[in-house]
Amino acid sequence: MSHPAPTQAAETQPPAKRPLGGWMGYLLLAPAALWLTLFFIVPMASMVSTSLYDPTGSLESGYAMTGHVQNYLTVLADYSEQFLRSLMYAGAATIACIILGYPLAYAIAFKAGRWKNLMLVAVIAPFFTSFLIRTLSWQLILGDQAWVADTLRSLQILGENGRLLDTPVAVVTGLTYNFLPFMVLPLYTSLEKIDPRLHEAGADLYASPFTTFRKVTLPLSAPGLVAGTLLTFIPAAGDYINVELLGNPQTQMIGNVIQNLFDGGSYPEAAALSVTLMAVIVVLVLLYIRKAGTEELV
Amino acid sequence: MTDTSPRTTGPGAGEAVGAASGNAVAGGADLVLTGVTKRFTDFVAVDNLDLTVPQGSFFALLGPSGCGKTTTLRMVAGLETPTEGEIRLAGQDITHLKPYRRPVNTVFQSYALFPHLTIFENVAFGLRRQGKPDVDAAVAAMLDLVELSDLASRRPAQLSGGQQQRVALARALINRPQVLLLDEPLGALDLKLRRQMQIELKRIQTDVGITFVHVTHDQEEAMTMADTVAVMNRGVIEQMGAPMDLYEHPMTTFVANFLGQSNLIGGRVLGSDGADLEVEVHGTRLRVPRSRGAQDTGEVWVGIRPEKVQVCAPGSADDGPRSRLAGGVITDASFIGVSTQYLARMPWGQELMAFEQNTGAHEQFRVGDHVELRWVPEHTFLLDADQDANAGVERVDEG
Amino acid sequence: MTTVASGRSSIGKWIGDHLIMGIGLLVLLYMFTPIFIVVLMSFNDPASRIGYSFDGFTLHNWLNPCEPNGMCDAVVLSVQIGLAATLGATFLGTLMAFALVRHRFRGRAVANVFTFLPMASPEIVMGSSLLALFVTAGFAGVLGFWTILVAHIMFCLSFVVVTVKARLAGLDPRLEQAAMDLYANEWQTFRRVTLPLVFPGILAAALLSFSLSFDDFIITNLNSGQAVTFPMYVWGANQRGIPPQINVIGTAMFLIALITVLAGELGRRRRG
Repeated sequence: MSHPAPTQAAETQPPAKRPLGGWMGYLLLAPAALWLTLFFIVPMASMVSTSLYDPTGSLESGYAMTGHVQNYLTVLADYSEQFLRSLMYAGAATIACIILGYPLAYAIAFKAGRWKNLMLVAVIAPFFTSFLIRTLSWQLILGDQAWVADTLRSLQILGENGRLLDTPVAVVTGLTYNFLPFMVLPLYTSLEKIDPRLHEAGADLYASPFTTFRKVTLPLSAPGLVAGTLLTFIPAAGDYINVELLGNPQTQMIGNVIQNLFDGGSYPEAAALSVTLMAVIVVLVLLYIRKAGTEELV
Repeated sequence: MTDTSPRTTGPGAGEAVGAASGNAVAGGADLVLTGVTKRFTDFVAVDNLDLTVPQGSFFALLGPSGCGKTTTLRMVAGLETPTEGEIRLAGQDITHLKPYRRPVNTVFQSYALFPHLTIFENVAFGLRRQGKPDVDAAVAAMLDLVELSDLASRRPAQLSGGQQQRVALARALINRPQVLLLDEPLGALDLKLRRQMQIELKRIQTDVGITFVHVTHDQEEAMTMADTVAVMNRGVIEQMGAPMDLYEHPMTTFVANFLGQSNLIGGRVLGSDGADLEVEVHGTRLRVPRSRGAQDTGEVWVGIRPEKVQVCAPGSADDGPRSRLAGGVITDASFIGVSTQYLARMPWGQELMAFEQNTGAHEQFRVGDHVELRWVPEHTFLLDADQDANAGVERVDEG
Repeated sequence: MTTVASGRSSIGKWIGDHLIMGIGLLVLLYMFTPIFIVVLMSFNDPASRIGYSFDGFTLHNWLNPCEPNGMCDAVVLSVQIGLAATLGATFLGTLMAFALVRHRFRGRAVANVFTFLPMASPEIVMGSSLLALFVTAGFAGVLGFWTILVAHIMFCLSFVVVTVKARLAGLDPRLEQAAMDLYANEWQTFRRVTLPLVFPGILAAALLSFSLSFDDFIITNLNSGQAVTFPMYVWGANQRGIPPQINVIGTAMFLIALITVLAGELGRRRRG
């Protein structure tokens, strides 16, 4: 199945058959597309319009559509600190996920042998327990009385009354933990496609395993790294659970702000913040698609 | 290759077509393609193809990748619809019939066995879909024929390549199609197994008497198995005929180079002398039987197969009439067991090939030796000089 | 020279073979640590309702899983929503995957991007915008089971499409052509060849949908009205004091899912 030359493949696999004509595609697509339009696209669009409402109204009395662009300036002025913090925490968690996830994905792809499937199941298995429960157990692990904090205190890494819980470290630890599988799985997928013989060829040509890794493995796993980074960074940047359970009011992220604004009924500001967050993410996704698109051609 | 439709392909091919139409009258179940064209958005895969495959024959479509042979096969199978033209089987127009309504079955490239079904169910698939009775007995008999009875409950992934190939054959043959199509059926097998399967396929075809249409890019495979070979290039049939006719009497430079190898030397027809043409080749006059010429006036390619060329010391004696080209210098001599392959540079700069059998009857030459190349005049062939002398030389080898 | 080179490469080899595996296992340990805690805490006999520490061993929680007020109702609601969302998302998503892989039509690229976007959107944005829509459309009073279901189908859809699409794209088109060649009409080809071969992908998508739905908190919390799903119950309990039975449910979920996956893997191996 793998051997036909490109020209032969073109000859034996002409364009997909359309036994029922083009409209069949639309028919199959329609229900899901309708659902996504109604409950994803339309809300997003209405979110944009909400973000331009006059913030002095309320749900009960209604809002006036005034094209109130100032909402954006207001929220950026008021919450830029949380915005930057979100990006920093999410960035730190993403880097931690790469540092932890890459060796794990590499070990599964090349070193696990017959244990490969079992290790893959092990990566996904923690998913099976509700993530709130898992995050709650980090409260226990990072708690002031737990041995982790004790050990760090006795090693003088943490001060006499130093804490782990309710600190940025705890939040980033929680974020890292919760989104690690989203890093490991795409990385594994792209590492697994690499022919192990390339390592031997690399070893043959470059001799040093590190150089082989840098020149052969790393570039070839780049698509997985990009996908994993996005899948980790985006949800982490929008998360508020970890701050709520493991952090303190001084570690609030943009998700907490949006949630609080919604709870407080400040819909236009909340919408403006959401749109800003979404815009940053769309830019990231478009960059990703461009990158992935060109790499698929190679 | 512009004007070489099968109908204008000289005596050898003419005989094959003649024999075919004789069969057609007797059998009446021929596969006939008339003016078939297949255009994709950006290229023409098959161009105005006329073809008759006589009932019961083993027919090979031979050509390089992208020549249109697989597209032709897929149109016969119903997996592709011709842009123009008509396909008839046993007189019935099947051009637009769905694949499952045609008495035609296919052995796919890399087999396309159903991975989720057992070997037994793979073979039974066609009969079950047709609602035929006694499926179990028929499948058992067919598995017996291809010697896979003890693997009936396995799944395709558990079989070797050769076994999978036999399952694919059994799965198609059990339906007793009027035509069996084989798309590079041996392409995925190693050389040894391929030879074995070639013989086996030929035997099965003779036994069941079903028309086989076999698509391949492997000239040896086509010549070994098929009664008739059609050489395709760029969507048209260059030449068609029995393997030996094609080899001994190529009508185009493409066929001369794609089927085996040829020396093609530029020359000019000076005139005729009864049964012979007189040709001038770089100052040397050669005689070529008129029947060996695809062209009998003007500029020509003078062709000679390397194994027909004798390498001789200048001035040595002959045991009969020979065409001679003098002034060669050996530039390469490769001993490869059964033969020695020479390259000789001629005075006009061209290197000609000569393969000498290692019978011990010939003198061995070394690089730098001065030699004369000789061959029996009847082995010469003449081709139209407008064609590219290198057509068909660099073929893509996917094996 | 050679000895140096081979010495270096053998050290490199040892590092490659053992160190990386060791790090990998440590990372796995990190991923499992909270699970150990959850299992441990499911046997906890808490001294007080406020503290969250291991005070003593008991089987009481396992024998009386539904003791905490409303918890099992929340679990039942989550299972109901999970099943319904799985059914809906798997059906719609599978159709869409077929459309995207098997059919060429205008706007296909756009459709591909749109399926990717929900996966790349923060839940808080999706949840809040959906809530805003429901409120604007006058559904503020009926927030509950149906609005949660609508939201869950929406965010599960993309994952189904991606999963089934991957499976479908890996399907050799010659298999379906072979079926047609062997007298199977369009429906029989779909029923006998396409569907059985794509089914593992559909099943995986369904399992994924259920776990995403069962576990979702952020979007659900915004669109639930008075309804309380299991993650919402856990959230509320965090403020009130966590009953150890929550860990019983967590452990049970983990075991059920693990057994399902391992049984599937075993079955796959047996069939070869």
